[in-house]
Amino acid sequence: MDFEKKEIRLLEDKAKETRRLIIKMLVKAGSGHPGGSLSSTDLLTCLYFKVMKVNPKDPQWPDRDRFHLSKGHCCPALYAVLAELGYFPLEHLWTLRKLGSILQGHPDRKVPGVEVASGSLGQGLSVALGMSLAAKMDKKSYRVYCLMGDGETQEGNVWEAAMAGAHYKCDNLCAMIDYNGFQIDGCTKEIMNLEPLADKWRSFGWHAIEINGHSIREILGAYEEAKTTKGKPSVIIARTIKGKGVSFMENVLDFHGRAPTKEEAEIALKELE
Amino acid sequence: MAEMLYQRDVYGQTLIELGKKDSNIVVLDADLSGSTRTCLFAKEFKDRFVNFGVAEQNMVAASAGLASCGKTVFLSTFAIFATGRAWDQVRNTVAYNNFNIKIVATHAGVSVGPDGASHQALEDIALMRIIPTMKIIVPADGPQARDAVIAAYNTPGPVYVRLGRPKVPTITADKTFEFGKAQILTPGNDLTIIACGIMVKSALEAAGRLKEKGLNCRVINMHTVKPIDSQAIIEAARETKGIVVCEEHTVMGGLASAVDEIVAENSPVKVMRVGVKNRYGQSGEPDELIKEYGLSVEDIISACGKIV
Repeated sequence: MDFEKKEIRLLEDKAKETRRLIIKMLVKAGSGHPGGSLSSTDLLTCLYFKVMKVNPKDPQWPDRDRFHLSKGHCCPALYAVLAELGYFPLEHLWTLRKLGSILQGHPDRKVPGVEVASGSLGQGLSVALGMSLAAKMDKKSYRVYCLMGDGETQEGNVWEAAMAGAHYKCDNLCAMIDYNGFQIDGCTKEIMNLEPLADKWRSFGWHAIEINGHSIREILGAYEEAKTTKGKPSVIIARTIKGKGVSFMENVLDFHGRAPTKEEAEIALKELE
Repeated sequence: MAEMLYQRDVYGQTLIELGKKDSNIVVLDADLSGSTRTCLFAKEFKDRFVNFGVAEQNMVAASAGLASCGKTVFLSTFAIFATGRAWDQVRNTVAYNNFNIKIVATHAGVSVGPDGASHQALEDIALMRIIPTMKIIVPADGPQARDAVIAAYNTPGPVYVRLGRPKVPTITADKTFEFGKAQILTPGNDLTIIACGIMVKSALEAAGRLKEKGLNCRVINMHTVKPIDSQAIIEAARETKGIVVCEEHTVMGGLASAVDEIVAENSPVKVMRVGVKNRYGQSGEPDELIKEYGLSVEDIISACGKIV
Protein backbone atom coordinates (compact mmCIF):
# COMPACT_ATOMS: atom_id res chain seq x y z
CA MET A 1 0.00 0.00 0.00
CA ASP A 2 1.33 3.41 -0.89
CA PHE A 3 0.96 6.16 1.64
CA GLU A 4 0.74 9.69 0.41
CA LYS A 5 3.91 11.72 0.85
CA LYS A 6 1.88 14.51 2.41
CA GLU A 7 0.47 12.24 5.05
CA ILE A 8 3.91 10.92 5.89
CA ARG A 9 5.24 14.44 6.25
CA LEU A 10 2.33 15.27 8.53
CA LEU A 11 3.13 12.28 10.75
CA GLU A 12 6.81 13.24 10.78
CA ASP A 13 5.80 16.69 12.00
CA LYS A 14 3.61 15.14 14.70
CA ALA A 15 6.51 12.97 15.81
CA LYS A 16 8.79 16.00 16.02
CA GLU A 17 6.25 17.92 18.07
CA THR A 18 5.81 14.89 20.34
CA ARG A 19 9.57 14.72 20.86
CA ARG A 20 9.64 18.42 21.74
CA LEU A 21 6.90 17.88 24.33
CA ILE A 22 8.80 14.92 25.79
CA ILE A 23 11.93 17.05 26.30
CA LYS A 24 9.90 19.90 27.81
CA MET A 25 8.07 17.55 30.17
CA LEU A 26 11.20 15.79 31.33
CA VAL A 27 13.21 18.92 32.03
CA LYS A 28 10.31 20.27 34.12
CA ALA A 29 9.91 16.95 35.93
CA GLY A 30 13.62 16.69 36.62
CA SER A 31 13.55 12.91 36.27
CA GLY A 32 12.19 10.27 33.89
CA HIS A 33 13.16 8.25 30.85
CA PRO A 34 13.98 10.18 27.66
CA GLY A 35 15.85 7.41 25.79
CA GLY A 36 12.99 4.95 25.31
CA SER A 37 10.37 7.68 25.03
CA LEU A 38 12.20 9.13 22.03
CA SER A 39 12.89 5.73 20.44
CA SER A 40 9.21 4.75 20.57
CA THR A 41 7.80 8.12 19.49
CA ASP A 42 7.35 7.24 15.80
CA LEU A 43 5.59 3.95 16.59
CA LEU A 44 3.21 5.81 18.91
CA THR A 45 2.46 8.82 16.73
CA CYS A 46 1.67 6.62 13.71
CA LEU A 47 -0.58 4.48 15.90
CA TYR A 48 -2.56 7.33 17.47
CA PHE A 49 -2.67 9.82 14.60
CA LYS A 50 -3.33 7.34 11.80
CA VAL A 51 -4.00 3.72 12.73
CA MET A 52 -6.21 3.41 15.81
CA LYS A 53 -9.93 4.09 15.95
CA VAL A 54 -10.29 6.20 19.08
CA ASN A 55 -12.37 9.13 20.24
CA PRO A 56 -10.51 11.53 22.56
CA LYS A 57 -13.84 13.17 23.47
CA ASP A 58 -15.17 9.81 24.63
CA PRO A 59 -12.17 7.83 25.93
CA GLN A 60 -14.48 4.99 27.08
CA TRP A 61 -16.21 4.56 23.68
CA PRO A 62 -16.87 0.78 23.79
CA ASP A 63 -15.73 0.06 20.23
CA ARG A 64 -12.42 1.93 20.48
CA ASP A 65 -9.18 0.21 19.59
CA ARG A 66 -7.15 -0.49 22.74
CA PHE A 67 -3.57 0.47 23.44
CA HIS A 68 -1.52 -0.70 26.40
CA LEU A 69 1.92 0.68 27.20
CA SER A 70 3.72 -2.29 28.67
CA LYS A 71 7.01 -0.37 28.89
CA GLY A 72 5.40 2.03 31.34
CA HIS A 73 8.55 4.06 31.96
CA CYS A 74 8.18 5.55 28.48
CA CYS A 75 4.90 7.22 29.43
CA PRO A 76 6.14 10.74 28.55
CA ALA A 77 5.73 9.76 24.88
CA LEU A 78 2.21 8.45 25.53
CA TYR A 79 1.20 11.45 27.66
CA ALA A 80 2.42 13.83 24.94
CA VAL A 81 0.41 12.04 22.25
CA LEU A 82 -2.73 11.88 24.41
CA ALA A 83 -2.46 15.60 25.22
CA GLU A 84 -1.93 16.50 21.57
CA LEU A 85 -5.09 14.55 20.72
CA GLY A 86 -7.04 16.39 23.41
CA TYR A 87 -7.61 13.61 25.96
CA PHE A 88 -6.61 16.17 28.60
CA PRO A 89 -5.34 19.77 28.58
CA LEU A 90 -1.79 20.24 27.35
CA GLU A 91 -0.88 22.14 30.55
CA HIS A 92 -1.18 18.89 32.51
CA LEU A 93 2.06 17.79 30.86
CA TRP A 94 4.02 20.20 33.06
CA THR A 95 2.84 18.35 36.19
CA LEU A 96 4.55 15.07 35.21
CA ARG A 97 5.86 13.19 38.27
CA LYS A 98 4.66 15.89 40.69
CA LEU A 99 2.69 15.15 43.87
CA GLY A 100 -1.03 14.87 43.13
CA SER A 101 -0.64 14.87 39.35
CA ILE A 102 -2.62 12.47 37.16
CA LEU A 103 0.62 12.06 35.21
CA GLN A 104 2.40 9.59 37.47
CA GLY A 105 5.94 8.40 36.81
CA HIS A 106 4.39 5.28 35.31
CA PRO A 107 0.91 5.18 33.67
CA ASP A 108 -2.17 5.25 35.87
CA ARG A 109 -5.87 4.92 35.00
CA LYS A 110 -6.43 8.43 36.33
CA VAL A 111 -5.21 9.60 32.91
CA PRO A 112 -8.00 9.76 30.32
CA GLY A 113 -6.95 7.36 27.58
CA VAL A 114 -4.92 5.02 29.81
CA GLU A 115 -6.74 1.68 29.95
CA VAL A 116 -4.62 -0.14 32.55
CA ALA A 117 -1.75 1.01 34.76
CA SER A 118 1.70 -0.34 34.03
CA GLY A 119 5.25 -0.09 35.27
CA SER A 120 6.18 -3.58 36.37
CA LEU A 121 7.69 -4.97 33.16
CA GLY A 122 6.61 -8.16 31.47
CA GLN A 123 2.90 -8.03 32.27
CA GLY A 124 1.59 -5.81 29.48
CA LEU A 125 1.27 -8.42 26.76
CA SER A 126 -0.88 -10.47 29.15
CA VAL A 127 -3.08 -7.42 29.78
CA ALA A 128 -3.43 -6.91 26.01
CA LEU A 129 -4.18 -10.62 25.62
CA GLY A 130 -7.04 -10.21 28.11
CA MET A 131 -8.42 -7.30 26.05
CA SER A 132 -8.12 -9.37 22.89
CA LEU A 133 -10.01 -12.28 24.49
CA ALA A 134 -12.71 -9.87 25.69
CA ALA A 135 -13.16 -8.58 22.12
CA LYS A 136 -13.51 -12.12 20.82
CA MET A 137 -16.03 -13.06 23.55
CA ASP A 138 -18.11 -9.97 22.78
CA LYS A 139 -17.71 -10.43 19.00
CA LYS A 140 -16.32 -6.91 18.74
CA SER A 141 -14.01 -5.85 15.93
CA TYR A 142 -11.71 -3.53 17.87
CA ARG A 143 -7.99 -4.18 17.72
CA VAL A 144 -5.52 -4.31 20.60
CA TYR A 145 -2.01 -2.84 20.49
CA CYS A 146 0.73 -3.34 23.04
CA LEU A 147 4.11 -1.59 23.11
CA MET A 148 6.94 -3.45 24.82
CA GLY A 149 10.58 -2.69 25.40
CA ASP A 150 13.28 -4.96 24.05
CA GLY A 151 14.86 -5.60 27.45
CA GLU A 152 11.37 -6.33 28.74
CA THR A 153 11.20 -9.49 26.62
CA GLN A 154 13.68 -10.99 29.08
CA GLU A 155 10.71 -11.39 31.45
CA GLY A 156 9.23 -14.91 31.46
CA ASN A 157 5.67 -13.57 31.72
CA VAL A 158 6.01 -12.18 28.16
CA TRP A 159 6.47 -15.68 26.76
CA GLU A 160 3.54 -17.08 28.73
CA ALA A 161 1.41 -14.44 27.01
CA ALA A 162 3.04 -15.15 23.64
CA MET A 163 2.17 -18.84 23.92
CA ALA A 164 -1.44 -18.06 24.86
CA GLY A 165 -1.89 -15.40 22.15
CA ALA A 166 -1.00 -17.93 19.46
CA HIS A 167 -3.01 -20.72 21.12
CA TYR A 168 -6.15 -18.59 21.11
CA LYS A 169 -5.43 -17.30 17.58
CA CYS A 170 -5.61 -13.67 18.70
CA ASP A 171 -5.33 -12.01 15.30
CA ASN A 172 -6.85 -8.85 16.75
CA LEU A 173 -3.67 -8.45 18.80
CA CYS A 174 -0.58 -6.59 17.64
CA ALA A 175 2.54 -6.29 19.80
CA MET A 176 5.30 -3.81 19.07
CA ILE A 177 8.84 -4.14 20.36
CA ASP A 178 10.87 -0.96 20.58
CA TYR A 179 14.20 -2.62 19.77
CA ASN A 180 16.69 0.13 20.62
CA GLY A 181 19.27 -2.34 21.86
CA PHE A 182 19.78 -0.81 25.29
CA GLN A 183 18.59 -1.57 28.80
CA ILE A 184 19.52 0.18 32.05
CA ASP A 185 22.70 -1.76 32.68
CA GLY A 186 24.00 -1.72 29.10
CA CYS A 187 23.49 -3.21 25.63
CA THR A 188 20.91 -5.99 25.47
CA LYS A 189 23.56 -7.97 23.56
CA GLU A 190 25.84 -7.88 26.60
CA ILE A 191 23.32 -7.99 29.46
CA MET A 192 21.03 -10.73 28.12
CA ASN A 193 21.06 -11.41 24.41
CA LEU A 194 17.62 -11.44 22.77
CA GLU A 195 18.63 -12.85 19.40
CA PRO A 196 17.31 -14.42 17.31
CA LEU A 197 14.29 -12.38 18.41
CA ALA A 198 12.06 -12.65 15.34
CA ASP A 199 12.69 -16.41 15.18
CA LYS A 200 11.62 -16.73 18.81
CA TRP A 201 8.28 -15.06 18.08
CA ARG A 202 7.78 -17.09 14.89
CA SER A 203 8.47 -20.32 16.77
CA PHE A 204 5.81 -19.25 19.29
CA GLY A 205 3.31 -19.02 16.42
CA TRP A 206 3.32 -15.26 15.81
CA HIS A 207 3.57 -13.35 12.55
CA ALA A 208 6.76 -11.30 12.99
CA ILE A 209 7.43 -8.14 10.98
CA GLU A 210 10.88 -6.54 11.14
CA ILE A 211 11.13 -2.85 10.29
CA ASN A 212 13.05 0.36 10.76
CA GLY A 213 11.12 1.88 13.64
CA HIS A 214 11.81 5.43 12.51
CA SER A 215 10.51 5.06 8.96
CA ILE A 216 6.90 6.26 8.93
CA ARG A 217 6.32 4.39 5.68
CA GLU A 218 7.58 1.08 7.14
CA ILE A 219 5.68 1.58 10.40
CA LEU A 220 2.37 2.21 8.62
CA GLY A 221 3.03 -0.74 6.33
CA ALA A 222 3.68 -3.01 9.31
CA TYR A 223 0.48 -1.96 11.12
CA GLU A 224 -1.44 -2.70 7.92
CA GLU A 225 0.26 -6.07 7.48
CA ALA A 226 -0.61 -6.98 11.08
CA LYS A 227 -4.22 -5.98 10.53
CA THR A 228 -4.58 -8.21 7.49
CA THR A 229 -2.81 -11.21 9.04
CA LYS A 230 -5.45 -13.72 10.08
CA GLY A 231 -5.37 -16.70 12.43
CA LYS A 232 -2.41 -15.55 14.52
CA PRO A 233 -1.23 -12.48 16.42
CA SER A 234 1.42 -10.19 14.96
CA VAL A 235 4.53 -8.65 16.44
CA ILE A 236 6.30 -5.67 14.94
CA ILE A 237 9.99 -5.75 15.81
CA ALA A 238 11.01 -2.16 15.26
CA ARG A 239 14.73 -1.39 15.08
CA THR A 240 15.06 1.97 16.76
CA ILE A 241 17.66 4.35 18.13
CA LYS A 242 17.56 5.11 21.82
CA GLY A 243 17.21 8.88 22.29
CA LYS A 244 16.26 9.32 18.59
CA GLY A 245 16.13 12.92 17.37
CA VAL A 246 18.55 14.48 19.85
CA SER A 247 22.17 14.06 18.71
CA PHE A 248 23.78 13.86 22.13
CA MET A 249 21.14 11.43 23.45
CA GLU A 250 21.23 8.97 20.57
CA ASN A 251 22.59 5.60 21.69
CA VAL A 252 23.79 7.12 24.96
CA LEU A 253 23.00 4.79 27.84
CA ASP A 254 23.02 7.60 30.41
CA PHE A 255 19.77 8.95 28.95
CA HIS A 256 17.82 5.75 29.59
CA GLY A 257 16.68 7.11 32.92
CA ARG A 258 18.05 10.64 33.31
CA ALA A 259 16.19 13.83 32.47
CA PRO A 260 18.04 16.50 30.47
CA THR A 261 19.38 19.55 32.29
CA LYS A 262 18.02 22.99 31.31
CA GLU A 263 21.02 23.58 29.07
CA GLU A 264 20.73 20.16 27.45
CA ALA A 265 17.01 20.69 26.89
CA GLU A 266 17.65 23.99 25.12
CA ILE A 267 20.04 22.36 22.69
CA ALA A 268 17.66 19.42 22.22
CA LEU A 269 14.71 21.69 21.43
CA LYS A 270 16.81 23.58 18.88
CA GLU A 271 17.70 20.32 17.17
CA LEU A 272 14.01 19.41 17.07
CA GLU A 273 12.87 22.66 15.43
CA MET B 1 -23.67 -36.01 62.00
CA ALA B 2 -23.19 -32.72 60.22
CA GLU B 3 -23.43 -32.47 56.43
CA MET B 4 -19.96 -32.68 54.79
CA LEU B 5 -19.21 -30.55 51.71
CA TYR B 6 -16.29 -29.60 49.55
CA GLN B 7 -16.09 -25.80 49.49
CA ARG B 8 -14.73 -26.08 45.95
CA ASP B 9 -17.80 -27.97 44.75
CA VAL B 10 -19.98 -25.25 46.22
CA TYR B 11 -17.80 -22.69 44.44
CA GLY B 12 -18.24 -24.36 41.05
CA GLN B 13 -22.00 -24.61 41.54
CA THR B 14 -22.24 -20.98 42.66
CA LEU B 15 -20.32 -19.88 39.56
CA ILE B 16 -22.97 -21.56 37.39
CA GLU B 17 -25.70 -19.84 39.39
CA LEU B 18 -24.03 -16.44 38.88
CA GLY B 19 -23.13 -17.22 35.27
CA LYS B 20 -26.79 -17.81 34.42
CA LYS B 21 -27.77 -14.44 35.86
CA ASP B 22 -24.89 -12.39 34.51
CA SER B 23 -23.48 -12.98 31.03
CA ASN B 24 -20.64 -10.61 31.85
CA ILE B 25 -18.95 -13.11 34.17
CA VAL B 26 -15.77 -14.70 32.86
CA VAL B 27 -13.91 -17.53 34.63
CA LEU B 28 -10.19 -18.24 34.31
CA ASP B 29 -8.08 -21.15 35.49
CA ALA B 30 -4.50 -22.32 35.11
CA ASP B 31 -4.70 -26.06 34.48
CA LEU B 32 -6.36 -26.86 37.81
CA SER B 33 -10.02 -26.53 36.82
CA GLY B 34 -10.75 -30.10 37.91
CA SER B 35 -9.43 -29.39 41.39
CA THR B 36 -10.74 -25.84 41.81
CA ARG B 37 -14.05 -26.99 40.26
CA THR B 38 -14.20 -24.12 37.77
CA CYS B 39 -14.63 -27.03 35.33
CA LEU B 40 -18.32 -26.98 36.28
CA PHE B 41 -18.65 -23.44 34.89
CA ALA B 42 -16.47 -24.33 31.89
CA LYS B 43 -18.82 -27.16 30.95
CA GLU B 44 -21.86 -24.91 31.11
CA PHE B 45 -20.36 -21.72 29.60
CA LYS B 46 -17.57 -22.83 27.27
CA ASP B 47 -17.22 -19.39 25.64
CA ARG B 48 -16.77 -17.56 28.94
CA PHE B 49 -14.06 -19.80 30.33
CA VAL B 50 -10.36 -19.49 29.54
CA ASN B 51 -7.73 -22.03 30.52
CA PHE B 52 -4.26 -20.49 30.62
CA GLY B 53 -2.34 -23.72 31.11
CA VAL B 54 0.38 -23.74 33.76
CA ALA B 55 0.92 -19.96 33.61
CA GLU B 56 -0.50 -18.19 36.64
CA GLN B 57 1.26 -14.87 36.02
CA ASN B 58 -0.23 -14.67 32.54
CA MET B 59 -3.68 -15.56 33.85
CA VAL B 60 -3.63 -12.93 36.58
CA ALA B 61 -2.32 -10.13 34.35
CA ALA B 62 -4.73 -11.08 31.55
CA SER B 63 -7.62 -10.87 34.01
CA ALA B 64 -6.89 -7.13 34.20
CA GLY B 65 -7.23 -6.80 30.43
CA LEU B 66 -10.59 -8.58 30.54
CA ALA B 67 -11.77 -6.46 33.48
CA SER B 68 -10.71 -3.26 31.70
CA CYS B 69 -13.17 -4.27 28.96
CA GLY B 70 -15.99 -4.51 31.48
CA LYS B 71 -15.85 -8.18 32.48
CA THR B 72 -16.33 -9.43 36.03
CA VAL B 73 -13.56 -11.96 36.34
CA PHE B 74 -13.35 -14.97 38.66
CA LEU B 75 -9.93 -16.58 38.54
CA SER B 76 -8.84 -19.72 40.31
CA THR B 77 -5.83 -21.84 41.06
CA PHE B 78 -4.26 -23.13 44.27
CA ALA B 79 -3.78 -20.45 46.95
CA ILE B 80 -0.01 -20.76 46.89
CA PHE B 81 0.18 -19.93 43.16
CA ALA B 82 -2.52 -17.24 43.06
CA THR B 83 -0.99 -15.23 45.88
CA GLY B 84 2.67 -16.26 45.73
CA ARG B 85 3.63 -17.00 42.15
CA ALA B 86 1.59 -14.10 40.79
CA TRP B 87 1.86 -11.62 43.67
CA ASP B 88 3.34 -8.80 41.59
CA GLN B 89 0.59 -9.27 38.98
CA VAL B 90 -2.02 -9.11 41.75
CA ARG B 91 -0.44 -6.05 43.36
CA ASN B 92 0.42 -3.94 40.32
CA THR B 93 -2.07 -5.01 37.68
CA VAL B 94 -5.19 -6.29 39.48
CA ALA B 95 -5.36 -4.36 42.73
CA TYR B 96 -3.64 -1.08 41.82
CA ASN B 97 -6.20 -0.69 39.04
CA ASN B 98 -8.97 -1.65 41.48
CA PHE B 99 -10.49 -3.95 38.89
CA ASN B 100 -13.51 -6.16 39.40
CA ILE B 101 -11.47 -9.33 39.75
CA LYS B 102 -12.27 -12.10 42.23
CA ILE B 103 -9.42 -14.41 43.12
CA VAL B 104 -10.99 -17.59 44.46
CA ALA B 105 -8.12 -19.81 45.53
CA THR B 106 -8.42 -23.37 46.77
CA HIS B 107 -6.11 -25.78 48.62
CA ALA B 108 -5.11 -23.33 51.35
CA GLY B 109 -3.40 -24.46 54.56
CA VAL B 110 -1.85 -27.71 55.81
CA SER B 111 -5.15 -29.56 55.31
CA VAL B 112 -4.04 -29.96 51.67
CA GLY B 113 -2.37 -33.05 53.13
CA PRO B 114 0.01 -35.42 51.28
CA ASP B 115 1.12 -32.91 48.58
CA GLY B 116 3.31 -31.30 51.24
CA ALA B 117 4.96 -27.93 51.82
CA SER B 118 5.16 -26.62 48.25
CA HIS B 119 1.37 -26.83 47.92
CA GLN B 120 0.28 -25.74 51.39
CA ALA B 121 -0.28 -21.97 51.37
CA LEU B 122 0.34 -20.63 54.88
CA GLU B 123 1.13 -17.05 53.88
CA ASP B 124 -1.67 -16.16 51.45
CA ILE B 125 -3.85 -14.14 53.85
CA ALA B 126 -0.82 -12.05 54.82
CA LEU B 127 0.19 -11.54 51.19
CA MET B 128 -3.27 -10.32 50.22
CA ARG B 129 -3.96 -8.33 53.41
CA ILE B 130 -1.12 -5.86 52.78
CA ILE B 131 -2.45 -4.85 49.36
CA PRO B 132 -4.49 -1.61 49.71
CA THR B 133 -7.62 -2.32 47.62
CA MET B 134 -7.84 -6.06 48.37
CA LYS B 135 -10.69 -7.56 50.40
CA ILE B 136 -10.47 -11.04 51.97
CA ILE B 137 -13.11 -13.64 52.83
CA VAL B 138 -12.27 -16.97 54.50
CA PRO B 139 -15.51 -18.98 54.69
CA ALA B 140 -15.91 -21.58 57.43
CA ASP B 141 -17.80 -24.29 55.54
CA GLY B 142 -19.65 -25.26 52.36
CA PRO B 143 -22.71 -23.01 52.60
CA GLN B 144 -20.51 -20.09 53.64
CA ALA B 145 -18.34 -20.66 50.56
CA ARG B 146 -21.45 -19.81 48.51
CA ASP B 147 -22.06 -16.70 50.66
CA ALA B 148 -18.44 -15.67 50.15
CA VAL B 149 -18.52 -16.07 46.37
CA ILE B 150 -21.77 -14.11 46.10
CA ALA B 151 -20.42 -11.40 48.42
CA ALA B 152 -17.27 -11.21 46.29
CA TYR B 153 -19.46 -10.80 43.20
CA ASN B 154 -21.48 -8.04 44.86
CA THR B 155 -18.43 -6.20 46.24
CA PRO B 156 -16.76 -3.87 43.72
CA GLY B 157 -13.02 -4.23 43.15
CA PRO B 158 -10.64 -7.07 43.89
CA VAL B 159 -11.62 -9.73 46.43
CA TYR B 160 -9.65 -12.75 47.64
CA VAL B 161 -11.67 -15.80 48.69
CA ARG B 162 -9.76 -18.58 50.48
CA LEU B 163 -11.07 -22.15 50.18
CA GLY B 164 -9.71 -25.46 51.45
CA ARG B 165 -9.17 -28.85 49.85
CA PRO B 166 -10.96 -31.40 52.12
CA LYS B 167 -14.64 -31.89 52.82
CA VAL B 168 -15.75 -29.81 55.78
CA PRO B 169 -18.74 -30.15 58.13
CA THR B 170 -21.51 -27.60 57.80
CA ILE B 171 -21.79 -25.35 60.86
CA THR B 172 -23.14 -22.04 59.59
CA ALA B 173 -26.28 -23.22 57.72
CA ASP B 174 -28.66 -21.26 59.96
CA LYS B 175 -26.49 -18.13 60.15
CA THR B 176 -26.95 -14.96 58.12
CA PHE B 177 -23.82 -13.87 56.27
CA GLU B 178 -22.98 -10.20 56.01
CA PHE B 179 -19.76 -9.14 54.28
CA GLY B 180 -17.50 -7.37 56.77
CA LYS B 181 -19.58 -8.33 59.81
CA ALA B 182 -18.32 -10.95 62.25
CA GLN B 183 -20.64 -13.80 63.24
CA ILE B 184 -20.97 -14.31 66.98
CA LEU B 185 -21.60 -18.06 67.06
CA THR B 186 -21.80 -18.47 70.85
CA PRO B 187 -22.19 -15.75 73.47
CA GLY B 188 -19.85 -15.64 76.45
CA ASN B 189 -18.00 -13.19 78.66
CA ASP B 190 -15.08 -15.17 80.10
CA LEU B 191 -12.91 -15.15 77.02
CA THR B 192 -13.16 -14.88 73.24
CA ILE B 193 -12.08 -17.24 70.48
CA ILE B 194 -11.84 -15.62 67.04
CA ALA B 195 -11.38 -17.99 64.11
CA CYS B 196 -11.71 -18.24 60.34
CA GLY B 197 -12.00 -21.07 57.83
CA ILE B 198 -11.85 -24.66 59.08
CA MET B 199 -10.67 -23.45 62.49
CA VAL B 200 -14.16 -22.16 63.30
CA LYS B 201 -15.45 -25.71 63.82
CA SER B 202 -12.52 -26.48 66.14
CA ALA B 203 -13.12 -23.23 68.03
CA LEU B 204 -16.73 -24.26 68.65
CA GLU B 205 -15.61 -27.68 69.90
CA ALA B 206 -13.03 -26.11 72.21
CA ALA B 207 -15.67 -23.73 73.57
CA GLY B 208 -18.01 -26.68 74.18
CA ARG B 209 -15.36 -28.50 76.20
CA LEU B 210 -14.47 -25.37 78.19
CA LYS B 211 -18.14 -24.81 78.98
CA GLU B 212 -18.15 -28.17 80.76
CA LYS B 213 -15.47 -26.69 83.01
CA GLY B 214 -17.62 -23.64 83.63
CA LEU B 215 -15.91 -21.24 81.20
CA ASN B 216 -18.15 -19.31 78.81
CA CYS B 217 -16.32 -18.54 75.57
CA ARG B 218 -17.53 -16.08 72.98
CA VAL B 219 -16.84 -17.72 69.61
CA ILE B 220 -16.52 -15.35 66.68
CA ASN B 221 -16.39 -16.46 63.05
CA MET B 222 -14.32 -13.74 61.40
CA HIS B 223 -15.13 -14.79 57.85
CA THR B 224 -14.24 -11.38 56.46
CA VAL B 225 -10.59 -10.82 57.33
CA LYS B 226 -10.46 -7.53 55.42
CA PRO B 227 -12.15 -5.16 55.98
CA ILE B 228 -12.20 -6.61 59.47
CA ASP B 229 -15.05 -6.06 61.94
CA SER B 230 -13.02 -4.00 64.42
CA GLN B 231 -16.06 -3.25 66.56
CA ALA B 232 -16.57 -6.95 67.33
CA ILE B 233 -12.89 -7.23 68.29
CA ILE B 234 -12.91 -4.14 70.52
CA GLU B 235 -16.06 -5.36 72.28
CA ALA B 236 -14.45 -8.77 72.83
CA ALA B 237 -11.34 -7.11 74.23
CA ARG B 238 -13.40 -4.95 76.60
CA GLU B 239 -15.98 -7.51 77.69
CA THR B 240 -13.85 -10.67 78.05
CA LYS B 241 -10.52 -11.51 79.70
CA GLY B 242 -8.58 -12.11 76.52
CA ILE B 243 -8.66 -13.40 72.96
CA VAL B 244 -7.44 -16.59 71.27
CA VAL B 245 -7.11 -16.27 67.49
CA CYS B 246 -7.18 -19.45 65.39
CA GLU B 247 -6.21 -19.73 61.73
CA GLU B 248 -4.82 -22.38 59.41
CA HIS B 249 -2.08 -19.94 58.39
CA THR B 250 1.19 -18.60 59.72
CA VAL B 251 0.70 -16.59 62.91
CA MET B 252 2.48 -13.71 61.14
CA GLY B 253 0.48 -11.28 59.03
CA GLY B 254 -2.87 -13.04 58.92
CA LEU B 255 -6.00 -12.96 61.07
CA ALA B 256 -4.03 -12.99 64.35
CA SER B 257 -2.03 -9.97 63.27
CA ALA B 258 -5.19 -8.16 62.20
CA VAL B 259 -6.74 -8.79 65.63
CA ASP B 260 -3.48 -7.81 67.40
CA GLU B 261 -3.41 -4.48 65.56
CA ILE B 262 -6.96 -3.57 66.59
CA VAL B 263 -6.54 -4.73 70.21
CA ALA B 264 -3.17 -3.00 70.70
CA GLU B 265 -4.49 0.34 69.46
CA ASN B 266 -7.86 0.27 71.20
CA SER B 267 -8.08 -1.94 74.26
CA PRO B 268 -4.98 -3.99 75.08
CA VAL B 269 -5.67 -7.47 76.44
CA LYS B 270 -3.77 -10.72 76.13
CA VAL B 271 -4.04 -12.30 72.66
CA MET B 272 -2.88 -15.90 72.09
CA ARG B 273 -2.28 -17.15 68.56
CA VAL B 274 -3.18 -20.64 67.40
CA GLY B 275 -1.60 -20.99 63.97
CA VAL B 276 1.51 -22.22 62.21
CA LYS B 277 4.64 -21.00 64.00
CA ASN B 278 7.27 -19.98 61.44
CA ARG B 279 7.39 -23.39 59.75
CA TYR B 280 6.77 -24.91 56.34
CA GLY B 281 4.14 -27.62 56.02
CA GLN B 282 4.90 -31.24 55.09
CA SER B 283 3.25 -34.40 53.77
CA GLY B 284 0.76 -36.26 55.93
CA GLU B 285 -2.96 -36.74 56.39
CA PRO B 286 -4.90 -33.53 57.17
CA ASP B 287 -5.81 -34.60 60.73
CA GLU B 288 -2.20 -35.61 61.45
CA LEU B 289 -0.95 -32.26 60.16
CA ILE B 290 -3.52 -30.31 62.16
CA LYS B 291 -2.06 -31.94 65.30
CA GLU B 292 1.57 -31.64 64.21
CA TYR B 293 1.22 -27.92 63.55
CA GLY B 294 -0.58 -27.05 66.77
CA LEU B 295 -4.00 -26.40 65.22
CA SER B 296 -6.09 -28.97 67.12
CA VAL B 297 -8.98 -28.48 69.54
CA GLU B 298 -6.55 -29.35 72.35
CA ASP B 299 -4.20 -26.61 71.19
CA ILE B 300 -7.04 -24.07 71.31
CA ILE B 301 -8.03 -25.22 74.81
CA SER B 302 -4.44 -24.95 76.00
CA ALA B 303 -4.15 -21.42 74.53
CA CYS B 304 -7.36 -20.47 76.38
CA GLY B 305 -5.76 -21.82 79.55
CA LYS B 306 -2.98 -19.26 79.22
CA ILE B 307 -5.52 -16.44 79.47
CA VAL B 308 -7.74 -17.59 82.36
